[in-house]
Amino acid sequence: MNNLIVLPLIIPIMVGIILVFLRPYVKLQRAISLITMIGITGVSVFVLNRVQTDGIIRLDFAGWQPPFGILFVADSFAMLLVLTASIVTAICLIYAFSSIGDKHEKMYFYPFVLFLVAGVNGSFLTGDLFNLFVCFEVMLLASYVLITLGGTKPQLRESIKYVVINVLASWFFLVALAYLYGTVGTLNMAHISERVAEEGQGPLLTTISILFLIVFSLKAGLLLFFWLPGSYSVPPTAVAALFGALLTKVGIYALFRTFTLIFYHDPLISQTLIGIMAGITLIVGCIGAIAFKDVRLIVSYNVVIAVGFILIGLAVGTETSIAGSIYYIIHDMIAKAMLFLLAGTMIYLTGKSKIDEMSGLIRNYPLFGWMFFLVTCSLAGIPPLSGFVGKILVGQGAIESGSYILLGLAFISSIVVLYSLLRIFLNTIFGETIISLEDEKPMKMGMIIPIVLFGIATISLGLGAEFISGYVADAAHTLSNPSVYIDAVMGGDK
Amino acid sequence: MKTLKINDVILRTISRIVVFIILTFGVYLFLSGHNTPGGGFIGGLVLASAIVLLYLSTDIETVQKSLPLDFKYVAATGVLLATSTGFGSLLFGVPFMSQTFAYFDLPIFGKTELTTVTLFEAGVALTVVGVLVTIILSISEDGG
Amino acid sequence: METLIIMLIGILVAVATYLILSRNIIRIILGTAVFSHAVHLLILTMGGLKQGNVPLLKEADAPYADALPQALILTAIVISFAVTAFILVLAYRTYQDVGTEDLDELRGPKNE
Repeated sequence: MNNLIVLPLIIPIMVGIILVFLRPYVKLQRAISLITMIGITGVSVFVLNRVQTDGIIRLDFAGWQPPFGILFVADSFAMLLVLTASIVTAICLIYAFSSIGDKHEKMYFYPFVLFLVAGVNGSFLTGDLFNLFVCFEVMLLASYVLITLGGTKPQLRESIKYVVINVLASWFFLVALAYLYGTVGTLNMAHISERVAEEGQGPLLTTISILFLIVFSLKAGLLLFFWLPGSYSVPPTAVAALFGALLTKVGIYALFRTFTLIFYHDPLISQTLIGIMAGITLIVGCIGAIAFKDVRLIVSYNVVIAVGFILIGLAVGTETSIAGSIYYIIHDMIAKAMLFLLAGTMIYLTGKSKIDEMSGLIRNYPLFGWMFFLVTCSLAGIPPLSGFVGKILVGQGAIESGSYILLGLAFISSIVVLYSLLRIFLNTIFGETIISLEDEKPMKMGMIIPIVLFGIATISLGLGAEFISGYVADAAHTLSNPSVYIDAVMGGDK
Repeated sequence: MKTLKINDVILRTISRIVVFIILTFGVYLFLSGHNTPGGGFIGGLVLASAIVLLYLSTDIETVQKSLPLDFKYVAATGVLLATSTGFGSLLFGVPFMSQTFAYFDLPIFGKTELTTVTLFEAGVALTVVGVLVTIILSISEDGG
Repeated sequence: METLIIMLIGILVAVATYLILSRNIIRIILGTAVFSHAVHLLILTMGGLKQGNVPLLKEADAPYADALPQALILTAIVISFAVTAFILVLAYRTYQDVGTEDLDELRGPKNE
């Protein structure tokens, strides 16, 4: 039943449209959207196991054979990301039930979250470059609406900048696609990979690869992340958590896919240039995370640091480091969403956003305080939590290939992440309690439950790293050996 | 200061006839999309421009009385129709978005080819009409 | 023929860049629209500009026009239509709320 792999794209769209018709029934909308996301999670687990037994699954739309038609290709890397994205969205939806407010929910909030997830899942699963563009656009349109929903002045200000930058990035993507089509004559990723390997990556193809690098770096936040701190600090908390956990990862996925499948012949671009960009991103992200006092800005710069770290795994290029990056992407989606939810809850509970104006939350909300400590340890990479495996594998890969500068930067960045989050922790959670027990706002159950769920997820991801190592090793194997992917797509009928 | 009323007699008279011409052209473009340039998107745009012409020549309340549709729901219906055409092929066990066609003998038209692509294009046209009219209405309502 | 179109694309991109770098939001949006026209022309040129017949099986001998870039351009036009419509409504709403169209004043508070 190959049709199963199109469900993560089509079910959220159809359910989202049905929710448009159910505009006044907010409770029904909540229930349906949560059930949908849990259903998509179940489908992803099933398909992920099928990929282990049957190999890469391919669905040709309308029966047109590759390379002539559009197709969805589900390999382990894509399915792992679809699974994590579905779990993160389901938990963020639980948070949104109690925090987003009635006005938003009546203004088609849940349909647009479902469209966002549909675009994200479609981008992960597609095997055709133009379909990647279309799924990017679906995801971006949903994100434009989500970032503006609410209409407060900071939102309108930041959203204009976010929209204009992303529109420009989309047109550059089209320019790169046009040149690539003119050169190789096809848009199917596996077929392009075959043709590029035959012709050799001459100067024209290298230029096109740099153009793709610029486009995906704009989306992922690699070096060109100037839009990120502003845009991630204005929307409501649940929306910011979805953005921080999902949107940059789609750009990272695109970078991994193009530079391991299509443009892997020229190590000057795929290793050195990406390595330099990742290194600079790490340095500037570290400076940003320490420099600011607004808790949302610190969290946004932590996103930047994570992007730089993941791309060091790609720049090093060995199978171990790519496996480390995959572990780290999954861990980061969960931990960053948790961090955004914690920061947003902190702002809701105290009404302030700068860390020197809040203090002593451990006495008012003890569980919340310890959850923050948990995410600090997780992001810093302390075993047995989930960040540890990824960092170790990336470090091992960097040592194997001799890139000591990148290794040093990666580990200094871990220390800076620990310092920046510990700074928030010590300032806001420990220290003298300034909110007295009568004035404190009660912590809503709907806010603390998703944070605890994410905490359980990061602990189980860390303790259960052995359990998912089979899937991750398979994903890294597919990324390091493009012929596996090409054979599955181009090699005959299934 | 008294605002001058714009004399729009010519607009109103002409648009009574022209709206039907534009609507016919839109339907023609939509139906001929299978074999010649045309299709759901451009058919939807032309149909939407006819509706916008109606809004321009008369005011919003008159059109709202004669076309009592909430255009957001029109757009949503269009997307649902288009995706269920693709989804329906899942129920038959063929890959997603397979299309099929067959020849039928209809009473007036004779031997015609009917295809499921037209359903998909109808969904696209409805979506375009809904989105365009919603946008025009939302700008004009608070602008005045 | 391709050279002429590429020069035209270059002129359009230059115009678009000039408009995007301006202070007024409406000009920026116009710049993105002009840039989208340039990109669509580029896709068409990359498919090869030649006199061709329809790409149907019964006309297999004659040179046929490449159908794929046309489909790409149609999709890109639809997407750009949706995005341009959204950003126009957004600019209008910002003008209503904040009261200014000038990007310098939309920069935000000074200590952010």
